[in-house]
Amino acid sequence: MPPFGASREEFLIPPLSLQLMACSALLAVPLTLAGCGQARESAEAPEHKAIILATTTSTQDSGLLDELLPLFEEQTGYLVKPIAVGTGEALAMGERGDADVLLAHAPAREKEIVAAGFVINRRIVMHNDFLIVGPEEDPAGIHGSDNGAESVERIAETGTRFTSRGDDSGTHFLEMSLWDAAALDPGGDWYISTGQGMGATLLIAAEMRAYVLTDRATYLALRDRTGLVPHVEGDPLFLNIYSVLEVNPERFPEVNSAGARAFSQFILGREAQEIIRRFGVEQFGQPLFFPDAGKSEESVGAFPRDGPRGLTPAPGRAPDDLTPWS
Amino acid sequence: MNEFVLELHDVAVTYDSRTVLDVPHLAVSRGEVLTLLGENGSGKTTLLRLLGLLVRPIRGRVVFCGEEVDFGSARRLLELRRRMAGVMQEALLCRMNVRQNVALGLRFRGLPKPEAQQRVDAWLERLSISHLDDRPASNLSGGEAQRTSLARAMVVDPEVLFLDEPFAALDAPTRQSLLQEFKDVLADSGVTAIFATHDRGEALGLGGRVAVLVGGGVVQVGSAEAVFSRPERADVARFVGVETLIPGRITGEAGGLVQVDCGEVQLEVEGDWEAGEEVYVAVRPEEIELHDDADHVVGPGRNVVGGRVAKTVPAETHFRVEIDGAAPVVAVVSRARYRDLALKTGQSVQASFAARAAHLIQRAGD
Amino acid sequence: MELIWNGITQALSLLLQGNPQVLEIALLSLELSGLATLVALVFGVPFGALLAFKVFPGRGFTVTLVNTGMGVPPVVVGLFVSIVLWRSGPLGFLELLYTPGAIVLAQFIIAFPVITGLTMAALQQIDPKLLLQLKGLGASRIQLVAVLLWETRLPMLAAIIAGFGAVISEVGAVMMVGGNILGHTRVLTTATVLETRRGNFEVAIALGLILLALTFLITWLLTLFQQRSAAR
Repeated sequence: MPPFGASREEFLIPPLSLQLMACSALLAVPLTLAGCGQARESAEAPEHKAIILATTTSTQDSGLLDELLPLFEEQTGYLVKPIAVGTGEALAMGERGDADVLLAHAPAREKEIVAAGFVINRRIVMHNDFLIVGPEEDPAGIHGSDNGAESVERIAETGTRFTSRGDDSGTHFLEMSLWDAAALDPGGDWYISTGQGMGATLLIAAEMRAYVLTDRATYLALRDRTGLVPHVEGDPLFLNIYSVLEVNPERFPEVNSAGARAFSQFILGREAQEIIRRFGVEQFGQPLFFPDAGKSEESVGAFPRDGPRGLTPAPGRAPDDLTPWS
Repeated sequence: MNEFVLELHDVAVTYDSRTVLDVPHLAVSRGEVLTLLGENGSGKTTLLRLLGLLVRPIRGRVVFCGEEVDFGSARRLLELRRRMAGVMQEALLCRMNVRQNVALGLRFRGLPKPEAQQRVDAWLERLSISHLDDRPASNLSGGEAQRTSLARAMVVDPEVLFLDEPFAALDAPTRQSLLQEFKDVLADSGVTAIFATHDRGEALGLGGRVAVLVGGGVVQVGSAEAVFSRPERADVARFVGVETLIPGRITGEAGGLVQVDCGEVQLEVEGDWEAGEEVYVAVRPEEIELHDDADHVVGPGRNVVGGRVAKTVPAETHFRVEIDGAAPVVAVVSRARYRDLALKTGQSVQASFAARAAHLIQRAGD
Repeated sequence: MELIWNGITQALSLLLQGNPQVLEIALLSLELSGLATLVALVFGVPFGALLAFKVFPGRGFTVTLVNTGMGVPPVVVGLFVSIVLWRSGPLGFLELLYTPGAIVLAQFIIAFPVITGLTMAALQQIDPKLLLQLKGLGASRIQLVAVLLWETRLPMLAAIIAGFGAVISEVGAVMMVGGNILGHTRVLTTATVLETRRGNFEVAIALGLILLALTFLITWLLTLFQQRSAAR
């Protein structure tokens, strides 16, 4: 075979200059975009503008942040980047220093990372509760109970369908603790593990006419569509406490501690707490969250309560003005 | 202006550490038509590409119009290449229409559009493909494609045109007509042309010089006539179709004729050789006449070799007759003659040729 | 079925009303994926050409890497990119995470081997004698590349379509490195996931349909061009 090998070898290598140009283009683009992202903001520019807020998917899905964040950004000039992930991942971001502030609802695990020094200034923001909802005809006969463990035991006994999130979320862990308390290992045709978010799981439960453990906010948001009714409420285990935590700047110098502090102050402040108190009332006839700024853990939403849905807030210090940590 | 447009001095080209071309010297004169004749694998394509400055030699010098070519300078190489143009065996047209293909070389050289269009039009006309100008290249016949390829090369007005078996893939009638047109184009333009082929007919048809390549080397260069009638080596002889090679030894020399003892037969050949030399007596088949035994037409200075017809092979215009006898002889006779002689296999026949028509080749103990 | 029908009507109303959020999300999807594909072309085409034509030690290994890269799950790319871009990671100081730039980066990494591999395959199909013929007509290196790219424009367009299609439909990596932040890094795919998770299936379907329509439109335009070139 005649050698065009010789000519092949002197073939094309893209001129070095061309590749250098492209290289710099590539680096310039994301930096510009990143800068763009940050520059797209309002009035007063604090020194370090972006705040990474790690929170959970259910918090984001409730829509509360969609009301609070724009207000905060307008008032302070900060830009909040809410990263909604699973509870585990949100707390892990705190442990890595990849977020500036956390908004979570897993008190036991939160306390662990406070103790380990990853986060500081854990303050309770609000609470709501979980409940077990199901088809109107209540095949397992658990309506009106306030004992979660007993109720799920009944469901298992009667073999009534139950949908679980099955996704290692906070909700799922609570559900698992109910099964543990009932000393049961759920499984079988009647136990449906969806592996999905709360909203999707509720819709699946509605389709299958099954029971499901849900947080009140998501339930209310989808109530009309699912037609599921509440059956089991008021179990102390069902209390869902939300806290704001600042990532420790001494441990992670890169965090935006000023921004984290500002956000924490804001969400515990009167204006935000008022928004929390009123959130969802007009749409659903009942609030989705109960503001708790300044309260201690013990005094938060102790059961039983009564009110428009059979439950009322417990007495406690009304949300007042700032700096509860001073 | 330099007389030689290309010169090679002691060049060699390797591929995968195998030497595929080794040429001590070759010079191409301005305006000549040089045919590189060789079988596949003989190195003719490599030589062609070397002359086209498309491959790099591992040693030696290539000189273009008196200037030594620096293969290290890509820029200078490109400039020199742009004074030449190539046509390959398959037309290798791009996925464009004919006009765009023909204009390709002009685009590379940056010629402004209007002038380029003019030149393209002229060459489309010249090669009778104007009617195909917006035809997509994939829709052309073999002949049309090669005309396009030729136009594409000629349109850049090259100083040297090199062609690698351009007509080999075409059917015989197309090949013939294109070859003739091509010769006319060459004659008109006066461009220097280097033409690689394995086809002896083409080599002869082009006229000009012929360089015969065997095994990566140039074994003979000369006019077509010289190479074909007086090959200097046995392998060249066989390649150019000299099929009668009778081995023998020179016994004497007198009056311009040499006596050769070939065992069973004594032959006289025109030439000037020393006694004792081992040679081949080489005769082209066309130079041999056949006669029946009865018909002893033997003129002065004619050699006769007797034998029996071993095989006859018909061709379009002639018969090729292989004769076994005192020495193996291959002759070519016209159809008419064949009929007259009523030749049959096994028939006894006399083959004769003139002393002038034979040629001596050194037989170096092979 | 009713759900899908509602989704279609929802999609139309969102678009016709010019719902700003939806438009912003759609535009961002196109911008980011378009940019990523473009940069992948800038790098992938020359690199593919290099692999097609130049013999160098380690070439076989590189080609295998590229071919493997074509099949790497995008979510794995997203995972590694986010780990690298975390504050705790080696490139954390760039503060790229959760910005559109990170999305372009991740999508570029996904599209690059696709473009490179397909360019290389397209160029390798070229008869090597064509290269020689073009050089014999006086083509410089750059002119050679230009002609060859035009020669292979059909498979090259396929490469562009493949690269763009791969990144505009990607969700896992974009979610991880972008954070799905409204107004910055929320694109059609991640928005669809969000709405599905919230249970707003109609909106999710609407967004999905818009994404399909956009992808179809762009692919159709590119295909038109490709087939027109084929006819020539």
